[in-house]
Amino acid sequence: MNKKIVALLSVAAVASTMAVNVSAEEDLITVGYAQVGAESDWRTANTESFKSTFTEENGYKLIFDDAQQKQENQIKAIRNFIQQDVDYIVVAPVVETGWETVLQEAKDAGIPVILSDRMMDVADDSLYTCWVGGNFVKEGETCANWLVDKFGDEEEVNVVTIQGTIGASAQIGRTEGVDNVLKDHANFKILDQQSGEFTQAKGQEVMESFLKSYDDIDVVICENDNEAFGAIDAIKAAGKTCGPEGDICVVSFDSVKAAFEAMIAGDLNATFECNPLHGPRVAEIIQKLEAGEEVDKIQYVDEGAFDTTMDLEAILAERLY
Amino acid sequence: MEGIKKLTSKRLFMPLFCLAIMMVVAVIASPDFFKITVQNGVLYGRVIDVINRGSEVVILAVGMTIVVAASAGTDISVGALMAVVAAVTCAFVAGGQQSVNEYVNNPILGVLLGILVGILCGCFNGFLVAKMKIQPMVATLILFTAGRGIAQLLTNGQITYVRVESFKKLGSSLPGVPIPTSVFITIFVVVLTLFVLKKTALGMYVESVGINPTASRLVGLNSTLIIFGAYAFSGLCASIAGLINCSRIYSADANNIGLNLELDAILAVALGGNSLGGGKFSLIGSVIGAYTIQALTTTLYAVSVSADQIPVYKAIVVIIIVSLQSPELGKWIRSAKAKKAARAGKGGIA
Repeated sequence: MNKKIVALLSVAAVASTMAVNVSAEEDLITVGYAQVGAESDWRTANTESFKSTFTEENGYKLIFDDAQQKQENQIKAIRNFIQQDVDYIVVAPVVETGWETVLQEAKDAGIPVILSDRMMDVADDSLYTCWVGGNFVKEGETCANWLVDKFGDEEEVNVVTIQGTIGASAQIGRTEGVDNVLKDHANFKILDQQSGEFTQAKGQEVMESFLKSYDDIDVVICENDNEAFGAIDAIKAAGKTCGPEGDICVVSFDSVKAAFEAMIAGDLNATFECNPLHGPRVAEIIQKLEAGEEVDKIQYVDEGAFDTTMDLEAILAERLY
Repeated sequence: MEGIKKLTSKRLFMPLFCLAIMMVVAVIASPDFFKITVQNGVLYGRVIDVINRGSEVVILAVGMTIVVAASAGTDISVGALMAVVAAVTCAFVAGGQQSVNEYVNNPILGVLLGILVGILCGCFNGFLVAKMKIQPMVATLILFTAGRGIAQLLTNGQITYVRVESFKKLGSSLPGVPIPTSVFITIFVVVLTLFVLKKTALGMYVESVGINPTASRLVGLNSTLIIFGAYAFSGLCASIAGLINCSRIYSADANNIGLNLELDAILAVALGGNSLGGGKFSLIGSVIGAYTIQALTTTLYAVSVSADQIPVYKAIVVIIIVSLQSPELGKWIRSAKAKKAARAGKGGIA
């Protein structure tokens, strides 16, 4: 007798919680985010920005997928999102090409796709709703202008570049931006460019090689902070110095916290921000779409530049990433 | 003529010949390739870079050679295992924090724990292959896929930094010692493995199991145990390589440590003139193969080939080396020579 009552009660309890869950989920906007992976602090900050914006308190349900740097994983994730019938799909694509099929599937299912950070190279741009991210070309130009300011009319400035993963938007944009400015300044000479694949280990290996090929490097441009950390280690190992007081000027992109620490330690000269806090901007776009408004196809986030003349301790204390 | 024939028929001739050609190309492309100086009390030069940076692939190739010889299959999980070991060690040493400036837990314990986990993963592979008779590539595919996920979990998806000077020593050099630490570790691994294989009958057991496991079992060898041991050993090699790589960047980067290195290790075994079909093997051949790969990478940096073209050059070199070593090509050249000789002979009579 007792057992029956317990069983009945538990069934009722389960049923009622299910009912509550269902009604709660109906109100939430479901967003699937296909993230690249966690290759750097920047990426982690980007992920955190989405996780802290798309919370249940804010009326969202976030399904997060980590693709571990593989396009096939991202395509799988997007297909899963379509099957789960999410309301919006956000993708930070690993590479630019090869997305047509899966985007078409999302379009056929009537799910808007928002791109974050990196661009996709698709013939029909109606396949995605809009793109949110940093302006990599502008970042590159900001960096080059900073170098022009610093070195002014010095007779010959020898530059080497540790590029990002070849073909990534950040690599293409930053390389282009730097070239746009430096090509008008004949005193700047780009000695060499090699890919450090956005990692510290490769950055170190490439810098080791540069130091052996060229005796007179003045500037190292690293296309992300992690490469710069590797380059700094390589410069020190070769018995040279870097930073504002050193032989070689090291600049990098992204501006993660560790980059500020490297500037405070006097190893890094400057870092150019690539703002990873895309979450709030994407939420804004989703709200507009929910209200049936049109949104701009390309949306840049605000980005800054930091060098050792600033009060870095104060900036670091307030920084989220 | 006899002498040359004897030399070229030696097992190690081809791998050494390829490495030599690689070096000649390197010197032509970058004349100061062999220049070695002392900077900061450490030897400094491109050759040193090759030997230093090649350490991980050499150590992986040692384990891979034994796996290939004993089981006629490859262990494709070693790259991911490197990431797992780095993650275990860093997460333990940093006490689960994202970045530490001093050890939270004992670093030696951390390193031992990392090696233990690496060996256990190797044992897991060995169990699947030797005991469950699953095909090696399928069995090791499990950790190949899951390994980086496990590493991510251990480090909470973050790059875990251990910013302590002594933690960087495995990947750099000890004070007062001009040679990078990784070189000593590599020599130690290679020599110890060679010693065990040559001084005991183990090397012969491995070859015999690789050629025919059933026949070996019938003559009294424990084939299962030998194959199991080969994978456990490969796990050990992966842990050592993982620790070196992790020390170089004083952090555990779950996504990038050892990325694609399993392929380099397999390539090293093949370039060393070893058959991927198991059986007879040459450990030194694999070591030479591994240094050839690193020499190629370093040379391509030295001649500043643009980054997007590097894979193409690598592919071309690999095709050349592999076809130079192919027995079919040798046969073809010999028969072409014989035909020419025959034709010349005929011409003489007429």
